[in-house]
Amino acid sequence: MKTTFDVNKIRKDFPLIDGQPLAYLDNSATSQKPVQVLAAVEQFYREQNANPFRGLYELSNIATNAYEEARSLCAEFIGAKDSCEVIFTRNASESLNLLAYSLGRGLTAADEIISTVAEHHSNMLPWQHTARAIGATVRYLHPDREGNFSLEEFKSLLSSKTKIVAMTQMSNVFGRAIDLKPFIDAAHEAGAVFVADASQSIAHMPVNVQELDVDFLAFSGHKMLAPMGIGVLYGKAKLLEKMPPFLTGGEMIEYVTLEDTTYAPLPHKFEAGTVNAGGAVGLGAAIRYLNAMDRTAALAHEDALTARAIDALMQIPHVNILGAKDAADHHGIVTFTIDGVHPHDVAAILAEADIAVRAGHHCTQPLHQYLEIPSTTRASLMFYNTFDEIDRFADAVSRIRSLMGYND
Amino acid sequence: MDNRTFYNEILTAHNLHPYNKHPLPNPGVWKRGVNPSCGDDILLQLTLEDGVIKEGSFVGTGCAISQASADIMLDLILGKTTEEALRLKDIFLRMIKGETEEDELEELDEAICLRDVSHMPTRVKCAVLGWHTLEEILKKPEEEDGASPLPTTTE
Repeated sequence: MKTTFDVNKIRKDFPLIDGQPLAYLDNSATSQKPVQVLAAVEQFYREQNANPFRGLYELSNIATNAYEEARSLCAEFIGAKDSCEVIFTRNASESLNLLAYSLGRGLTAADEIISTVAEHHSNMLPWQHTARAIGATVRYLHPDREGNFSLEEFKSLLSSKTKIVAMTQMSNVFGRAIDLKPFIDAAHEAGAVFVADASQSIAHMPVNVQELDVDFLAFSGHKMLAPMGIGVLYGKAKLLEKMPPFLTGGEMIEYVTLEDTTYAPLPHKFEAGTVNAGGAVGLGAAIRYLNAMDRTAALAHEDALTARAIDALMQIPHVNILGAKDAADHHGIVTFTIDGVHPHDVAAILAEADIAVRAGHHCTQPLHQYLEIPSTTRASLMFYNTFDEIDRFADAVSRIRSLMGYND
Repeated sequence: MDNRTFYNEILTAHNLHPYNKHPLPNPGVWKRGVNPSCGDDILLQLTLEDGVIKEGSFVGTGCAISQASADIMLDLILGKTTEEALRLKDIFLRMIKGETEEDELEELDEAICLRDVSHMPTRVKCAVLGWHTLEEILKKPEEEDGASPLPTTTE
């Protein structure tokens, strides 16, 4: 697809990579941060810093407003009905742990949770942990080699025992966007709530919680241009209102005696202690940044970069790409193996060529076990990457077997 | 990209054609060494006689650095006394920390090819896996663990 997207102009906003030798292709681990986000965080601490909600003075009100404005921006960004449905957490892992704990309180040993083999550990271990504590069962849906899930298989796992379904919207290994709507509808028909992990999808496709009718959705700020340490849990208000809090302590109460406590209304019930206001303001600035750009063109550029990378890697003997054959189904994720070369050696050789990729199991050990691949190397792209970086990456990959002593 | 790389010919040769990578039919002592975070997994096997390392080999899987380092180590220590092997181990570990003198390094022979690992903090554990396993085996051999299954090679 031909676009007018000007990547060179965009890169000026990212001084850590603009004009630098490093090709940063590890965006699924964390994205780079534009100067607009850095400036917003600094401005908060320079000009607006006080403890939100606490102080009966103007500066505290300013801090509260800055924090709540970020919440509204998040709500609007994901199409939530009300900003009280956006809970700020540290990251997607905390969002999902909150859910597993709080929803888990309502489970019994007879209940079942459905998750998938392709989940990141952050959307697997909390459910495993909760189920083990209660004696409940986790059942797993298996992806095919292209990273797709079968609705029929999902329906065969669903029953009246199913209380929670926890599933990724985009695997951090395959990059395929999962059309969750039919899975969500089927879960609702069975009487279960649906938890979507949007950690990987949030920066690479439009996400709308009301269109999906999803009950809960979790993501981290740091994979979508925001600082580390701020994340989001979206939940339908009518569900969140019935759930017990996760962390308890300061600023999440209405009234406390030594015997009992009534909790604050949403969203504060789930935000114990002093909040990460600077992080939230940074996330708000990241959303403003994404809203201000031509996002359709930015995503089309990502798709074009992905196609370039996959086309090039497919030409290199002994290189095997995981997931879909069609680059359009990869959303910037190119996970691969090279016959006879360990992924850590692949990543080290690429590092010598100033190319940053990830190697290992990408926090998806069960998926790698299922695919019978011990570990892989992953290049993950963002709209600020360039075709030149992709060409350097592919060229470096093409030399790896020879550098490792193979005479191909 | 130029062709200068940490992965020099000595290292890649030992990785692709490890002379000492095979099961030992009747090992006297053995120990498994694992780096859980990166998946390096070796089983070091030795036969000791009168304080001398008579036979030795390893099996397992892992990155080129872990596999080549174990193979080179075995080349160095076979036929040596356990004290001598532990002394070489000390020199190797100090080399990885960048704390050795040039004349000491000569004793390490081909293991010198791994000296630049000192600039790669995330790969240090790969380079020292075989040597740490050797240290453990000589200080506390696991003869009683004879029934445990050996890791199988993948290559």
